[in-house]
Amino acid sequence: MSQKVLDALKAKFGDAIIATESQHGDEVALVKREKLKDIATWLRDDAAMAFDMPVFCTCIDLLDWRPVKAPGTASSARPAWDPTGDGKSPRFEVCWQLRSVPHRHRIRLKVALHENDVKVPSLALLWLGFDWQERETFDMYGIDFQGHPDQRRIYLYDEFIGHPLRKDYPKEKRQPLVRRSDLVGDH
Amino acid sequence: MLELVTTKLEDVANWGRKFSLFSYPFVTACCGMEFMSVAAPKYDIARFGAEFPRFSPRQSDLLMIVGTITEKQGPALKRIYDQMAEPKWVIAFGVCASTGGFYQNYHAMPGADQVIPVDVYIPGCPPRPEQVLDALILLQDRVARKDGHSQLRLKREKIVLEQSRALEDD
Repeated sequence: MSQKVLDALKAKFGDAIIATESQHGDEVALVKREKLKDIATWLRDDAAMAFDMPVFCTCIDLLDWRPVKAPGTASSARPAWDPTGDGKSPRFEVCWQLRSVPHRHRIRLKVALHENDVKVPSLALLWLGFDWQERETFDMYGIDFQGHPDQRRIYLYDEFIGHPLRKDYPKEKRQPLVRRSDLVGDH
Repeated sequence: MLELVTTKLEDVANWGRKFSLFSYPFVTACCGMEFMSVAAPKYDIARFGAEFPRFSPRQSDLLMIVGTITEKQGPALKRIYDQMAEPKWVIAFGVCASTGGFYQNYHAMPGADQVIPVDVYIPGCPPRPEQVLDALILLQDRVARKDGHSQLRLKREKIVLEQSRALEDD
């Protein structure tokens, strides 16, 4: 549907676009973290792109993730997911979905991150709508948005330790703020 | 004789209380729709004298916890409960308020009774209005029997006070 956006991105930015895919009418571009801000600025300001609407920003935790086995291939033929080409599978993919109202096309930008380096440029000052979305992503996944104007928890309380939507957060671990003092005793 | 009069007086007061429960609806989630249905004319909680929601905890004596309580809301719920005047009663409306329901995770409290005492639990997701009316009738019986948690607590505090006074007198 928006293949021409992907083509334009590849023509303009070359190696900064690590990989692209089109699935179910959605075009995805995995981009280099260092170039993300330039690409996003161009997508917003170029007249032929004119992405004026932030749709969502979220994160995918790829802990223990493997690509789905293609039908007919041996089970050992699963390739490791290595988009950055440094021999390591990324732990997180941060994604921003954009839409252009005048041109009626959409694109999703993705940045792959390793576990011990979760810094990513913030797009909150390019599209103000990403402000709270990035705060939510920070709250739930602990992604550090560099240059975000107000990066703090949005849903959870400040006393909460950790980031609950990470796959290694214990499923039922609660961090209570208050409990009845009379739960043990004569009641 | 005086004791007989005060006991009877309290019975009369409780008779009045059970038919004029002023509820504070602590509505946090989808159960609120069912709460509206109970309050609206078709099921009409007014038939049991509890039709008057007060949106100040200081003016109400029945706290209805309608919907999921999150860990973040715990302090607010506790504070609202503490602001209500004695005697007070609490109903947990729906499974989320009773046990956490299907939320077994980082954010949902496993039942409002983790923070405050609850008199009547209503199961259901959401409960039928008839269940709510049934719970209200159960609660009315408790009010009349002086069996509500705060009535028992007041009674216990009174006994403790009397015992300590008796000890001082000795």
